[in-house]
Amino acid sequence: MELTGSQILLESLKLEGVDTIFGYPGGAVINIYDDLYESPINHVLTRHEQAAVHAADGYARCTGKVGVVVATSGPGATNTVTGIATAYMDSIPMVIICGQVPTPLIGNDAFQEADMCGITRPCTKHNYLVKDIRDLARTIKEAFYIARTGRPGPVLIDLPKDIQVTKHKFSYPDKVSLRGYKPTYSGNSRQIEKAAKMILAARKPVLYVGGGITLAAAEDELLKLAEQTQIPVTTTLMAMAAFPQRHPLALGMLGMHGTFYANMSVTECDLLIAVGSRFDDRVTGRIDSFAEKAKIIHVDVDPTSIGKNVDVDLPIVGDLKDVLGKLLGILSQKSELVEDSVESTEEWRTMIYEWKERHPMTYRSSKSVIKPQYVIEKISEMTDEDAIITTEVGQHQMWAAQFFTFRQPRTFLTSGGLGTMGFGLPSALGAQVAFPDRQVIDISGDGSFQMNSQELATLVQYQLPVKIAILNNNYLGMVRQWQQMFFEKRYSQTVMELPIDFIKLAEAYGATGLQATKVDEVEATIKQALETPGPVLMNFKVSREENVLPMVPAGKAIHEMVLAS
Amino acid sequence: MKHTISVLVENEFGVLSRISGLFSGRGFNIESLSVAPTMEADLSRMTLVTRGDDRILEQITKQLNKLISTIKVVDFTHGEYIERELALIKVSTDAESRAEALRIVDIFRAKVIDVTPKSYTIEITGSPAKINGILELLRPMGIKEVVRSGPVVIGRGAKGVVA
Ligand SMILES: Cc1ncc(C[n+]2csc(CCOP(=O)(O)OP(=O)(O)O)c2C)c(N)n1
Ligand SMILES: [Mg+2]
Repeated sequence: MELTGSQILLESLKLEGVDTIFGYPGGAVINIYDDLYESPINHVLTRHEQAAVHAADGYARCTGKVGVVVATSGPGATNTVTGIATAYMDSIPMVIICGQVPTPLIGNDAFQEADMCGITRPCTKHNYLVKDIRDLARTIKEAFYIARTGRPGPVLIDLPKDIQVTKHKFSYPDKVSLRGYKPTYSGNSRQIEKAAKMILAARKPVLYVGGGITLAAAEDELLKLAEQTQIPVTTTLMAMAAFPQRHPLALGMLGMHGTFYANMSVTECDLLIAVGSRFDDRVTGRIDSFAEKAKIIHVDVDPTSIGKNVDVDLPIVGDLKDVLGKLLGILSQKSELVEDSVESTEEWRTMIYEWKERHPMTYRSSKSVIKPQYVIEKISEMTDEDAIITTEVGQHQMWAAQFFTFRQPRTFLTSGGLGTMGFGLPSALGAQVAFPDRQVIDISGDGSFQMNSQELATLVQYQLPVKIAILNNNYLGMVRQWQQMFFEKRYSQTVMELPIDFIKLAEAYGATGLQATKVDEVEATIKQALETPGPVLMNFKVSREENVLPMVPAGKAIHEMVLAS
Repeated sequence: MKHTISVLVENEFGVLSRISGLFSGRGFNIESLSVAPTMEADLSRMTLVTRGDDRILEQITKQLNKLISTIKVVDFTHGEYIERELALIKVSTDAESRAEALRIVDIFRAKVIDVTPKSYTIEITGSPAKINGILELLRPMGIKEVVRSGPVVIGRGAKGVVA
């Protein structure tokens, strides 16, 4: 059957199992939108292309599926870049299809032309410019395959307008053949055997788990491993929901704003088992004192992550589900040795619990002003810890990580690697599209919210009942905190001079706006928001100069924390 | 330490920018780079020379391997290999220096490929060290221009680097 390029695209998407895409039309994709008009694929029209990418990203993070975006050439395409870079840094599977000027005009500075392959080369896993209709189906097949396999990531397809209308026989390849791309899935058995030995020999082991665990859907294996060996688990920002935070073995987050006991455990441990984590500088602090006393096992599907920032004693390249599965297999055959090891690590756990008792994750509560941490605790409590939480970037993001008690994988969607303000609202939108019946909450800051507030319109249009909790300190709080601590309180450009009426803003879009200014209004506000159908914005006027603590100042080792008094 | 790396890549649009972008984006330096298609039309072979400590080199080879368009990466530094570079050198000559120039050309088994009353253009192939050697000797006469290809390398022995 002969189909046009845009029909081939839509047919291919269907064959990839795509039922929902996020996008924004324009001249260079008008043919695709024309065919979409009668396609069963559901299209969500955001109000900005950046938001479309974040929405697809949120959709991908909470489902594990590949997020799909369509944008027009030129400004539409360049608007996607921050979203793509955000997904790239957090290894989120995504395919972005951009319109491009017709092939004969490429390179002519044509109207709405941008070299998207050039622009996105450093922030995509791979990208394509389709110059021949015969390559289109294969390109789409490869794009999805590359996006979702190995270490996942965004793949961009630049699709010129003339290719979209050219007709060609459609046949979708059932295999890809990429001789330059063969991710290693199966971990080396001998290395895993060695890992088991090191684990059994350790007296002070710690699991340091990152976002890779969710990308590999290996949360069950992690839990089993931790429980079988009784090894405490500290999680990065990206993995807070990957391990039940109520679990006695959970140490919470480590690093710059990590818990005292997580950072102490890493500093004092004799074996650090890094799983799907990448020794990011926000985690390690001063790198030469990070886990200084420990042997390090590093398991990751991406060989470039291993040995990049620290020297590793035992590298294992492979899919985490495979590696942890094999490790569990080995350990289950050595149950006596495992029992011995659990006994001999008892002292270590006692030490950690003492640290935890001495300096729990806490804050000074107040009756007169709303503490932002309190709002998070209440949201956690009142949603049964079952909501999908997204965040923007700033203090509120850290408080969400510290004070929401996550207990289910894929319920904490946050921009970890790039730290993109404006991520929370559109990613919540995408999550709500994926799970219409679940509670989705964007924990937001007054600054970040304004970076994509136009998406209120999308929420209202599609009746997506996202709840937004703005922890409003009328500051770019995280930057202000640094200015307070390291720049003598010179609050240069971090005071949001204009106090915005967020209730009116919500109402202008047709959403509900609520506000809490006193401590005793917090619960009622959350309750009302949860009970109100449709999108609701909650504006919490929180104590303005609250700081995120503990904090490891830049350049310090992670045990050199400034603690909450 | 200096490393000479061969990379087999898909001979397709944009590959060169992926490789050079990888270096510039991560602050790795490229001392020289040469690229040409191989016997298989859909494959290109790149030879690049870079410098760095072991950790940097490990990252460079891993990152090169990670590119979807890269099929094979070989760091020749630790094996036995033959290295050749081509240079074209334009040197000032006059009645006096001409004989001396020809003698040098002869010793280095180079060739004069263009002559004017005021200059010789010399072609030489050899190891980069040999090219440095002839340049050193020609320098007093006045070198007007040098064009070097950057080295290409091939391993010793019967085995080849193939996809
Ligand atoms: C797009 C973008 N621009 C700038 C920054 C730098 N930045 C990090 S946190 C922050 C302040 C965020 O303010 P707000 O959203 O009000 O959150 P708060 O810290 O007050 O909770 C800024 C400006 C960023 N992370 N992202
Ligand atoms: Mg703020």
